[in-house]
Amino acid sequence: MTHTFDASKPIYRQLADQIYWRILRGELRAGEKLPSVRETAVEFGVNPNTVSRTYSEMERDGVVESKRGQGTFVSEDQSVLDQWREGMKQSYIRQFVQEMKAMGFSEAVILNGLKTFLEEDNE
Amino acid sequence: MISLQNVSKHYLAKKAVQDVTLHIPAGGITGLVGENGSGKSTILKMVSGLIHPSRGTLQVDQTPVNRRIAEKVAFLSELDAFYRFYTVQNMVDFQASQFRDFNRARAEEMLTFMKLDPDSKIKSLSKGNRGRLKIVLTLARDAPVILMDEPLSGLDPMVRDSIVKSLISFIDVERQTVVMTTHEVNEMEPLFDRVIAIKDGKILGMAETEDIRTSQGLRVVDWMAEHYKNQD
Repeated sequence: MTHTFDASKPIYRQLADQIYWRILRGELRAGEKLPSVRETAVEFGVNPNTVSRTYSEMERDGVVESKRGQGTFVSEDQSVLDQWREGMKQSYIRQFVQEMKAMGFSEAVILNGLKTFLEEDNE
Repeated sequence: MISLQNVSKHYLAKKAVQDVTLHIPAGGITGLVGENGSGKSTILKMVSGLIHPSRGTLQVDQTPVNRRIAEKVAFLSELDAFYRFYTVQNMVDFQASQFRDFNRARAEEMLTFMKLDPDSKIKSLSKGNRGRLKIVLTLARDAPVILMDEPLSGLDPMVRDSIVKSLISFIDVERQTVVMTTHEVNEMEPLFDRVIAIKDGKILGMAETEDIRTSQGLRVVDWMAEHYKNQD
């Protein structure tokens, strides 16, 4: 199988994350149609019912819209996407900072470490 | 969709299935999981009408099960049941002559998907291709119930992958009720809507797979191991 999931966590959530990353990377753009439930199920090797659940979850998040008889589309509302993208950024930063602080690093050390890392990473 | 009421099956002194009461709802894919000799296959064969229970009653779609339930139930056996002198096409024609719900267009589509040549002789097919052909013959039926006994057993990873993909592509999970036995739980679990754990002919538990992951944070294998442990 091309994709492996952590079998101790809900698969529909992990699948949503995978598709979200495609949207974040711009592989799926505003207004673009998502592959059909069946196509996605075959690609990821999961039950089509799981994909349906993923799509309705993403719709509840406001990132995609389903149109009757046509399929599921990435939201055309760019401001909704921008807002959601910003939310994703914040939540990843929050998680990183919380964990660093829990390990006892000060804000100055975190900031410095991050800066150095990014500079070295760019070389 | 599938109901067993106090069903037992004895083979002489051996108790294969013991007083099982079970209801499998319509739609989706249900995995019947358990170790070898736990009674998985016996349950499937009873639901398909191939063997009779020693005690208890079975119903499929509110119809009491007998040999004629084959009209509603497509059964994939663990064994091969081919005429060696037939070609792949002969076998498809034969299956089409036996079942009114056989969908020839889908059979052709599946042969292409599985890269099976209709003119090949059965006796010249590899084990993997015989496994693929069995899947085609079973899933080409528009049957409301599909039962599969160890569809991946003894096949290499390439063949297993093509079979898993064909299950996803050609089963209609909204209209068809699929039950399959497997001991390859890790490989199959992304396909299952729910699983039933069985040991020594008794049902240990039944659960939705996403519920097992969400509320218990367990893999299906771990969930099964817990039930096995509690039973000892």
